[in-house]
Amino acid sequence: MAIPIEMPKMSDTMEEGVLVAWLVEEGQRVSAGDVIAQVETDKATMDLEVYDDGVLLKKVVQEGESVPIGGLIAVLGKEGEDISGILARYQKRAAAPAEPSPVAEPEAAEAVPVQAGDGAPAAVAVSEGDGAEARIKASPLARKLAKEHGLDLRTIQGSGPEGRIVRRDIEAALARQRPPAEAAPAPVVEAAPAPTAVAAAAPSLPYEVVPITSMRRTIARRLSQSKFTAPHFYLTVDVDVEKAVAFREQLNALAEAQGRPKISFNDLITKACALALRQHPEINASYLEQEGEIRRWKAIHIGIAVALEEGLVTPVIRNADQKGLGQIAEETRALAEKARQRKLQPQEMEGATFTTSNLGMFGIEEFTAIINPPNACILAIGAIREVPVVKEGAIVPGKRMRLTLSCDHRIVDGAMGARFLKTVQQYLEEPLNLLL
Amino acid sequence: MAVMQFREAIRAAMIEEMERDERVFLIGEEVAQYDGAYKVSEGMLRRFGPKRVIDTPISEAGFAGLGIGAALNGLRPIVEFMTFNFSFVAFDQIVNNAAKIRYMSGGQFKLPIVFRGPNGAAGQLAATHSTSTESIYSYFPGLKVIAPSNPDDAKGLLKSAIRDDDPVIFLESELMYSLRGEVNEDPEYLIPIGKARIAREGEDVTIVAHSKSYWIALEVADRLAEEGYSAEVIDPRTIRPFDFDTVVQSVKKTNRCVIIDESNPFASVSSEVAFQIQQRAFDYLDAPVLRVTAKDTPAPYAKNLIEYYMPSVEAAYEACKKVLYVD
Repeated sequence: MAIPIEMPKMSDTMEEGVLVAWLVEEGQRVSAGDVIAQVETDKATMDLEVYDDGVLLKKVVQEGESVPIGGLIAVLGKEGEDISGILARYQKRAAAPAEPSPVAEPEAAEAVPVQAGDGAPAAVAVSEGDGAEARIKASPLARKLAKEHGLDLRTIQGSGPEGRIVRRDIEAALARQRPPAEAAPAPVVEAAPAPTAVAAAAPSLPYEVVPITSMRRTIARRLSQSKFTAPHFYLTVDVDVEKAVAFREQLNALAEAQGRPKISFNDLITKACALALRQHPEINASYLEQEGEIRRWKAIHIGIAVALEEGLVTPVIRNADQKGLGQIAEETRALAEKARQRKLQPQEMEGATFTTSNLGMFGIEEFTAIINPPNACILAIGAIREVPVVKEGAIVPGKRMRLTLSCDHRIVDGAMGARFLKTVQQYLEEPLNLLL
Repeated sequence: MAVMQFREAIRAAMIEEMERDERVFLIGEEVAQYDGAYKVSEGMLRRFGPKRVIDTPISEAGFAGLGIGAALNGLRPIVEFMTFNFSFVAFDQIVNNAAKIRYMSGGQFKLPIVFRGPNGAAGQLAATHSTSTESIYSYFPGLKVIAPSNPDDAKGLLKSAIRDDDPVIFLESELMYSLRGEVNEDPEYLIPIGKARIAREGEDVTIVAHSKSYWIALEVADRLAEEGYSAEVIDPRTIRPFDFDTVVQSVKKTNRCVIIDESNPFASVSSEVAFQIQQRAFDYLDAPVLRVTAKDTPAPYAKNLIEYYMPSVEAAYEACKKVLYVD
């Protein structure tokens, strides 16, 4: 009995995955637990394991193809087995995703006893016939528009409640399609005039098309949601980091002697924020409009923005307030490395209650960051500057760093944000307190 | 044009029609000597005398039946209920006689009668004095039902109702009697029954609201405009026959609809409008049709509860944001 391998749901927000690379050839024998392919989700690139022994009979999708959750990726089974039934069934589902085929159900029901008699190791495998392929939710108008424009609803991500595809999603999909259509003059003749108004008139200049990756789409969606719903305001403070710089040098001399990773300035700030959040629980909170409540989180998890070539991820240091600087340094370094290798697991990026973003290494003196929802605030960290300062009436060289806190005014008021930022400043100006 | 109160516009319509046609007369509790419980018929007794402006005992079933008999015999009565809550005492006369005689006589009898008076809740009047009756009377084939939102519509539609040969339920509101507005003074100014008015044009969401709810709709439209959304506000004016064409056309343009209706929700005007929209404009809907109605309970007395019970600007605004998919 051949076993279909479907696109699994690898994260809470995943709706489809891109098959990035096949690691096994057709006809090759695999065992349960083997990794057969790599899948890129909206968050990370992850391994696709099989749960059964068998021969990879068919790769249904090519590298680079996007597959919705529950879509068929491959078929596993015995050598020479007939898989046309499975392929036809999935094709039928794909053609009519809305209606679970009544024919498919009894087939699947019969299949189970056969499988058991086979003596195959509990290969109940992928659940079939239970409507595994979820119904696509779309407004009637969206369905009509998709049909008119020949769009496949499965390729469109819905922005309405429960992922409902609505008019604006279709319009966005059409807008994405538009540029190539304009570039080629030929199809214009047969193209029916689109009744939907797609506002943005792109200039007619030569260009190169860069496909939107799922990470890019996630960044776009989450950050626009944040900026458009959370009213941001910004507070900046200039921190005297002379002591902190010296403190870090001392610590790193010790760390080096013990062969432990160096502590970065960013680690000091992570720790300072974590301790300050403990004193200001109102900042370690989320405004949840749908639930109609504000949640003050009991744990302090700090997200740290890490830049990648194709975007940005925020691995999370859990319970940062309870961890020592050495541990924070180690974890941050490990997570950043994993991020660069695209190996971060979704759970390593989830659950931040506060986030920091650092552009100091680029010489940026100060900047404003967009809040990482559902956080209440994000801290933007600037470069350490050598500046002349006045000390006891004389001008002497000093070290300063600007921190800018973006606050969601729905839950954080000016004075609240200022008090929190003051505490962070105090920790950095008297860094020994970080050890207390 | 002249600025008039709602009650003055209704009075003007009655006076003009009584002067034009001597078969028209007004009958009801306190309409003559007391000048009307809400001063709608002020001065009419002096003007037309006791044969055409007639006080009745507290006997709705009696004087409603009397009106129906008079209409069957060629007169054109206007029957005032002090409130439509009291029309329930005359329910059999209205729904069995007025609504059905033309049908059951094979068209041999016409029934030119208007039942008019205040409808719906008007503050702390408690459960038995707060019923919205438009859903109830529009249920019966044979009755026309009108519920205007402003003085000009009230005048133009009441004149059409008085001239109509079928029974018409004409619904006013205690809370709107003092509402002022420009009114057309032309004695031949008639607004056709069954024609909605697009009060405000818009692109993003259609709001259907009649009578008092219409004013909620305008406020919501203002608020939405501040946020960059344009709402199309439709005042159906006539509940039966309902101008579904205008609403459907609008929904085909905006793809969304919110109905504001002070009736209780079950089997109400809003239910019917939503049904017609899904039937006639299914492929144009980008969101489910939502409605904002009175809560599904008898009307409470306490001030905070009656406020909560009635449709509010806030609730209607939230409904619009929901169908617009913005939060």
